[in-house]
Amino acid sequence: MKVIKEKHSLLMRWTHWVNFPVLTVMIWSGLFIYWANDAYGISIFGYSLIKFFPEWFYNFFHIPQRLAEGMAFHFLFMWFFFINGLLYVVYTIFSGAWRELLPNKNSFKEAWQVLLHDLHIRKTIPPQKKYNAAQRIAYTAIILMGIGSVVTGLAIYKPVQFYWICWLCGGYHFARILHFTLTIGYVFFFLIHIVQVILAGWNNFRAVVAGFEVVEEQQALKQEPITTEKTKDSDENRS
Amino acid sequence: MKTDHKKKVKAPLTVEQKIKRRTFISFGVFATLGTGAIAGWKWLLDAPEETPGITGGTRVPLRKALNKTELFFRNFFSNNHLVKTYNKERAVKTPRVNSLIGIEDDEDFDITTWKLHVKLNSLNSQYISIEEIKALPKTEIVYDFKCVEGWDEIQHWAGVRLSDFLAHFKLEEQAKKQYMGLETPNKAYYVGLERDCVFHPQTILAYEMNGKPISLEHGAPLRLIVPVKYGIKNLKRIGNMTFSDSRPKDYWAEQGYDYYSGL
Repeated sequence: MKVIKEKHSLLMRWTHWVNFPVLTVMIWSGLFIYWANDAYGISIFGYSLIKFFPEWFYNFFHIPQRLAEGMAFHFLFMWFFFINGLLYVVYTIFSGAWRELLPNKNSFKEAWQVLLHDLHIRKTIPPQKKYNAAQRIAYTAIILMGIGSVVTGLAIYKPVQFYWICWLCGGYHFARILHFTLTIGYVFFFLIHIVQVILAGWNNFRAVVAGFEVVEEQQALKQEPITTEKTKDSDENRS
Repeated sequence: MKTDHKKKVKAPLTVEQKIKRRTFISFGVFATLGTGAIAGWKWLLDAPEETPGITGGTRVPLRKALNKTELFFRNFFSNNHLVKTYNKERAVKTPRVNSLIGIEDDEDFDITTWKLHVKLNSLNSQYISIEEIKALPKTEIVYDFKCVEGWDEIQHWAGVRLSDFLAHFKLEEQAKKQYMGLETPNKAYYVGLERDCVFHPQTILAYEMNGKPISLEHGAPLRLIVPVKYGIKNLKRIGNMTFSDSRPKDYWAEQGYDYYSGL
């Protein structure tokens, strides 16, 4: 029979959905700033592979000549990004939710098996709790990336007052490169995240809004008290 | 309104009903908050532009945020926080020229008759020649010059420390005011500086670049080098110096940039 199982806490859902538009605004306004000195690209053996960004991209998003506007948005929404992220991190530490999030010693081996499973190479998937091994790694990484964006951002923003942060980030010039690279990382994360959410389906998606998921419990198990430890190995716990 | 006389014993909700109910409530709240967020975003996008004044060119709420953020980060400012310095060998040979506002648009400028005009008050002025300034102790700095556009370049400048200059010419009384204003001789480019950064030990009035007199396009005969600010505040070819307790005019703050622009 169907059973309601609590999955995501209210604070986790709240910060997740606040972060989405805030990060979007940060990337959007960050592009306005980057445009004013769009020096980065990837080249191999002197052959330019990718230039960040091509003209059509800038024009499509109306990016040129908006540096001042970009800075004004960026330096307002950085507060929301920081406060929201801080809330999540503090909550995750003190609620103990980090136990379900941080990778453990098996995660890196298991993540490989998850990947093979997702690519339909492997039939079975390692048993998991709230998040599978690949998720643990990805979601922990994205939090570290968020912290990285705040730190490298501060290094570029106040390189003299926070000279030690700037030094920690490898200097002003390198901090800007890191800040930019992290942003590209978010975009890749987002693309994979969206595909995984779609593949995982409705039950999984609903959990990030409503907090619970519906699982099929066998009649025999009904006698036992329902605890969060009880997990069904479902592919649905993905995204 | 009393209904307890026939309290209906409700059948407990089935799992199916619970799922439906919680899903409905959650997504309802989600949609409401989402709509609110979109409305808030539209409000910000459509917010009126500030009335042009000392600052201008950006939306009112964004300007308020910039000013508030300035106040927060000024708590971290200290004259003990120095910009990182480098060996002279690290400095670029030909520093970048990014803007000539106040220079290329001034055909009447004559460097041979130039004097720094210091406005002491509404009545009195002081005129200081470049020879008098060069006679003061020289301070050199090789540091990473940072442009608001995002580029940075290690440059080598030399001149008189601004605080030494103020002390020598007995301008300390004036400099107690909250701000210093600097302008090009033709007043086409102008900046405002808080007292903090005026007295920063690495802020100099520069007359040399890479060990030679500054070229016209880099701001000869005298320019400001203020490493705790973006390049936009590093005024070239200083003509007038003023002191005030309110923000002086600032070229880029009028065009939507942060007035503070501190690093």
